[in-house]
Amino acid sequence: MSDHPSDQPILELQGVSKTFGAVHALTKVDFRVRSGEVMALVGDNGAGKSTLIKGVAGIYPFDEGKIIWEGSEVHIAGPKDAAKLGIEVVYQDLALCDNLDVVQNMYLGREALSSLRRLDETTMERKARETLKTLAVTTLQSVRQPVASLSGGQRQSVAVAKAVMWNSKLVILDEPTAALGVAQTRQVLDLVKRLGSQGLAVVIISHNLHDIFEVADRITVLRLGQSIGDLKVSETTQQEVVQQITAGELSHVPGVPAEVIAS
Amino acid sequence: MSTHVPIVEDPEAPSGAIGAPSVENETLSDYVRGRIVGLRSGELGNIPIMVGIILIAIYFQSRNSNFLTAGNFVNLIVQMAPIAVIGMGIVFVLLLGEIDLSVGFVSGVGGAICAVLLLPGGTSVPTSVAIIVALGAGLGIGLVQGTLFAKVGIPSFVVTLAGLLAWNGVVLLIVGSRGTIVIQDSFVNGIANNSLSHIAAWVVVEGSVLLYAAIQYAAVRSRRKAGLPNVPTSLILIRIGVFAILGAVVVIVCNSSRGLPYVGVLMIALMLFWTFITDRTTFGRHVYAVGGSAEAARRAGIRVDLVRIMVFGISGMMAALGGIILASRLSSVDTNAGGGSILLYSIAAAVIGGTSLFGGRGTIRSAILGAIVIASIDNGLGLLNVSAGTKFIVTGLVLLAAVTVDSLSRRGRESAGRA
Repeated sequence: MSDHPSDQPILELQGVSKTFGAVHALTKVDFRVRSGEVMALVGDNGAGKSTLIKGVAGIYPFDEGKIIWEGSEVHIAGPKDAAKLGIEVVYQDLALCDNLDVVQNMYLGREALSSLRRLDETTMERKARETLKTLAVTTLQSVRQPVASLSGGQRQSVAVAKAVMWNSKLVILDEPTAALGVAQTRQVLDLVKRLGSQGLAVVIISHNLHDIFEVADRITVLRLGQSIGDLKVSETTQQEVVQQITAGELSHVPGVPAEVIAS
Repeated sequence: MSTHVPIVEDPEAPSGAIGAPSVENETLSDYVRGRIVGLRSGELGNIPIMVGIILIAIYFQSRNSNFLTAGNFVNLIVQMAPIAVIGMGIVFVLLLGEIDLSVGFVSGVGGAICAVLLLPGGTSVPTSVAIIVALGAGLGIGLVQGTLFAKVGIPSFVVTLAGLLAWNGVVLLIVGSRGTIVIQDSFVNGIANNSLSHIAAWVVVEGSVLLYAAIQYAAVRSRRKAGLPNVPTSLILIRIGVFAILGAVVVIVCNSSRGLPYVGVLMIALMLFWTFITDRTTFGRHVYAVGGSAEAARRAGIRVDLVRIMVFGISGMMAALGGIILASRLSSVDTNAGGGSILLYSIAAAVIGGTSLFGGRGTIRSAILGAIVIASIDNGLGLLNVSAGTKFIVTGLVLLAAVTVDSLSRRGRESAGRA
């Protein structure tokens, strides 16, 4: 529970690449995030943001490069490997079941059981309440109401709570505020800040620079599958980030060998 | 820069709701108020069906005073049983948002296999083996159809429509040139035609109520220990009281005629068993999850294909059991077994009972409630001596009404943000 990010990154990617046929989605990208730090991942459409997080989440592994988790190299071959390490992803479309209630969703696929393999509703409800309380998710009327009856911000909060209740160390949020109104965005941004201050590493993908400057400690800019820079929010401006997103200098031009650019 | 002012974002939420989720126990009046809010936004629960059953009873009793006699009540239990049993399997399929059109003839296959194996001078297997083989056949058929749907990706409608035709053919082949197979096995015939002794009926029914009370008590105690809010105790007591009285009425009425049929007990036992599976096991939870959002279920690590295959297996097995009950009622199986109205009656029972066709919502007991409605209409119109044509038209209209209620309440939930 430190307020200051530790120096050693919890996750470090070294020179990861991913191609889909002829398309270079990622080219030798370096990326690092520390515990207690909110790292924003920005870039235009097609810059490789989603490919990067899907690689970390084990949905499709990188073609080359190293993943270093807590100081040692790991292989993430599937979503279960990622979950085992403590990496949880909250996807854009939330992945909640509308017909199930908050507790049922938070425990979906990892239900607590009592004797005779019965669902242990009491334990699940108690722990779900505790998690929501530590995250200060306080606008829910009841943890037993179906997710269908929640607002967008409340759903996003439940999805985040679902991700952090499994001793996760790194939470990746894909466009968490994209579909939300002003008040609901506020609610989710506050939640993201709390995750960081509770010592988790957070990666947030967003197109909204205003939101990013509010919650993030650092920004990694991707452009055309390459990492353009790793900026400290306190030392940069929105203009500079926009400039990097749209016209940041590439070290490799897709299809052109690096030596040609250098010469 | 952070402002931790709680944001009031839901204008409809009562102001007291903002803050930590409350851990106070609801009172009965809170509960009633909550139910009324739910009703207005389309959470109809069992209300339409209860009203429907009462209206049906009043109508038929006013037209023919034989409808509400003890003898006819026992008939009703026997008539509704196959519909309810097959309907319970259908509930599982509907919870996935799928359909199984093959259950009619799968029930025919189940009944026919059981009857053939028990033919005197035939295989001479024990009764239990005949029943297990018939149930296994239903299970196998369901698993195959489920696999074709889940793994190959053929829509369930098409797979089971093909099944509807193919299993009809299998029934014809099994029964063959005999035309009708008469069942002489006393156990099989006894399922639908024999009854519990008066005392046994009391013990079974009120014993079940006591068991229900004990389970409720254990749940309340465990929640209180964990500091979680409980439903009002008075509500639980009212429910237990209602079940005890209803059970007593059923036993008294049955005992004044032929007694409580074994098949009635079987039906209730199956309902309790499958309700336990849907509400208290991970499998049941995953069925609801897949029906709600298959993608979310997959991302939560649920093996969606396996859940789907097992659900169709359950549907097939329950269909075969329904077929055995049907065969028991008629003490025979003919080439027409599993045809006629049984398929549509079973699906209609689940839907009329309140299980949604859109997936993710429904209960096992809806099959029983719906079967009461269907069997009452069938039985009542029979007493009024109307033609089969009229029967089908009326049942069709009732089904249409039930689906309309389902669709409208879904729209109500959507506009109230509860869809």
